[in-house]
Amino acid sequence: MKVELIHIHKHFGAVHANNDITLTVESGKIQGILGENGAGKSTLMKILSGYIQADSGEIRLDGQPVKINSPSDAIRLGIGMLHQDPLDFPPMRVVDNLLIGHEGGLFPNRREVVRAFNDLQSQFGFNIDPYAYVDSLTVGERQQLEILRLLWLGARVLILDEPTTGISASQKEKLFETLRKLAVQGMSVIFVSHKLEDVEFLCDRIAVFRKGELVGEVDPPYVTDELVKLMFGRVISLEEKRRYETCDVSFHLDHVTIEDYRLQIRDINLSMTCGEVIGLAGMEGSGQVQFLRTCAGLIRPVAGEINLGGKRLTGKPYRAFLEAGIAYVPASRMEEGLIPGLSLTEHFILAEEQNGFFINFDKALAITRQRIEDFNIKGTPVSTVESLSGGNQQRALLAMLRNPVNLLLLEHPTRGLDIESAIWIWGKLKDRCKQGTSIIFTSADLGEILQYSDRILVFYGGKVSPPLDAESTTVEQLGQLIGGKGF
Amino acid sequence: MTMMKTSSRWSGIVYQTLAVLLALLFTTVVMLISGADPIQVYHNIMLGAVGSPTKIADILVAWTPLLLATAGLLLTFTAGLWNIGIEGQITLGAIFTTWALRVLQPTDLPPTAIMLIGFLAGALGGMFWAGLVALLKIFGNVNEIFGGLGLNFVATALTIWLIFGPWKRPGVGSMSGTEPFPLELWLPTLPGFRLSPWSLALGIVAITLVYILLRGTYFGLRLKAVGRNGRAAFLMGIPTTRYMLMAFLLCGIMAGLAGATQVLAVYHRLIPSISSGYGFLGMMVAMLVNYQALWAAPVALFFAALNIGSIQLPIVLKLDSSLSGVLQGSLVLFVLLMDGVRRRLTRPQ
Repeated sequence: MKVELIHIHKHFGAVHANNDITLTVESGKIQGILGENGAGKSTLMKILSGYIQADSGEIRLDGQPVKINSPSDAIRLGIGMLHQDPLDFPPMRVVDNLLIGHEGGLFPNRREVVRAFNDLQSQFGFNIDPYAYVDSLTVGERQQLEILRLLWLGARVLILDEPTTGISASQKEKLFETLRKLAVQGMSVIFVSHKLEDVEFLCDRIAVFRKGELVGEVDPPYVTDELVKLMFGRVISLEEKRRYETCDVSFHLDHVTIEDYRLQIRDINLSMTCGEVIGLAGMEGSGQVQFLRTCAGLIRPVAGEINLGGKRLTGKPYRAFLEAGIAYVPASRMEEGLIPGLSLTEHFILAEEQNGFFINFDKALAITRQRIEDFNIKGTPVSTVESLSGGNQQRALLAMLRNPVNLLLLEHPTRGLDIESAIWIWGKLKDRCKQGTSIIFTSADLGEILQYSDRILVFYGGKVSPPLDAESTTVEQLGQLIGGKGF
Repeated sequence: MTMMKTSSRWSGIVYQTLAVLLALLFTTVVMLISGADPIQVYHNIMLGAVGSPTKIADILVAWTPLLLATAGLLLTFTAGLWNIGIEGQITLGAIFTTWALRVLQPTDLPPTAIMLIGFLAGALGGMFWAGLVALLKIFGNVNEIFGGLGLNFVATALTIWLIFGPWKRPGVGSMSGTEPFPLELWLPTLPGFRLSPWSLALGIVAITLVYILLRGTYFGLRLKAVGRNGRAAFLMGIPTTRYMLMAFLLCGIMAGLAGATQVLAVYHRLIPSISSGYGFLGMMVAMLVNYQALWAAPVALFFAALNIGSIQLPIVLKLDSSLSGVLQGSLVLFVLLMDGVRRRLTRPQ
């Protein structure tokens, strides 16, 4: 289906989120939408999928002007959107998730639905058990489920918002293959991303957004520098690799075994020096999170010893880990990291050491102002954290870390951030390394792992590779290990 | 930034005023349906509330337990807890106070000491009942709403059993309660009024304390963090379970003290409905003021005035005094409703 967006405007308060956007997506094509955070990509997609309404402008499908007032309008017209976070119902079965969005009688025909679902699956080579509970699926599988659900509901335009965050390399390959098949069948695919390589690799045409405007449309063959320049208005390059090792053994894991209801990770041995960075690679759900949370003291290992700077932490509660200078920054910022409704100042008060019974608000305000400046947070001391953008939330989280931190554990530290913010955040992290902080982080981005780690651990189904030296490891080698070869 | 803030405050006031008008309109319609003359009813409520110094003093008598209950509830609400069990906690406070007085009455202790112990016993009773809700939640995974509801029924049953069983009046037990305590165990009142300055002071101290706790202390801020995102608060190193427990216990103490004032300063005995619904009324006050301690005191005073003002409705106009409840309830509903409407209309995205 051909999609035309004509002179779309959208304001949020003083922000002109979409400024006169005119874009045509031909049927059978994969259209890339590229831009950094806050460029207006998601806003436009939300308008097209009915989550919000444009202030002015027109939408045409196959030449016919349409009004889209809600997501259910959109899906009736054949527009389906795949959100960054899967919009499913985890405690329910796959088949029930399909039935929820379906307009049907009072008594749905489950058997019929399962048959249709399996037919659809076989077209794309997916293999999801329709009777499985959604929370037992991986992020990649949930994405597949969502695609199938939208197709089953009759979607002929598929919008994907940052679909490659949080899924593994092999799942990404599968996703791209699926999208190509859909395009061949005549579907229009709109692929929203800030990842240059994904967009370059997949899309038939790329529209670049910057500050609410459509700044250019590019056809293949793509020139990366040109895209970067369109995206940021200038060319940026990665910093040179830096390595800090300021002391001998700091963090030490000795024959640690972790057990979870899903997987078991046996006999991990690791010695880290101060200032060292270790990246954890592997498919989502291979045990990296369990490993990080064990290091944080949130999961108690069933066997083995944990030591930090010669201090034994085995079996101690989470608070003891905190007091030993181990800090854990979870991936879900608003769910686990920050407290909605509280201001930046209040967050910094909570993060600081308690000093007396009453809060000294003047001092807290001074600290907050300083941190906002140091960490380049776009917000004021009274801004609530939910009013900040994702990148600024991440900066706030990092600004809340106490000094000194001996071991910093980060889950996806730059997920959902644009390149510029990511580079900036790693600059700050490396500054900490210089002061002796060791870092362990997970990432779905192999480039990030290779760029910033000194050593790499690869996880595969509960197995852990021996530490690999990042200098002498290639993406191909990592890819093989992530896929389970070489264990 | 400041501009937006002031404008949102103004729109807030406009919506709140609209809510009050709608609540009045709704109550008026209810009056018309029940065949009453609204002007006369409102006039009588006003007269009944502020018509004489005695009545104004009575408002303050009702204000005290309401203030205590609201103060306690502000803590539990801040911690994200629905302490429905507050009614039972007030009742247990009253039972413990009565118990202490009954035990100490025959001794040689001076009445002041007995009454002081009575207050402490009341606080202990409320804390005990709130502690049960907290333990059920923390260790038994029982939601505090269900735990509190269950314990409310147990508390009521316990009161009835005591009144008709072990503590019954000489001769035959009756719904009028236990044998009244002798005059020297009545909390001293202002001459000619039913108002005890001591219990009033207790209520004011409680709400002031809660205001200071929530506004300027680490305890208050952490409680807020626990209430808004327990998981993140835990990861920041706040002992969330301990803070939830403390919120419950503090609320229980204040509820228990409310029960104690009901016994020591108002009824001078244990009666079946000793909590007088002040716990639930306190919840309405807390919701109406959007859990802000600053506004709790005046709104509680207004609710107390409505309660006292409607007492004479049955006598003068042959109407049920629960009409004030209609106004209170519809006020809360319309304020919440208008808040929802405002959010819907001014939604940023």
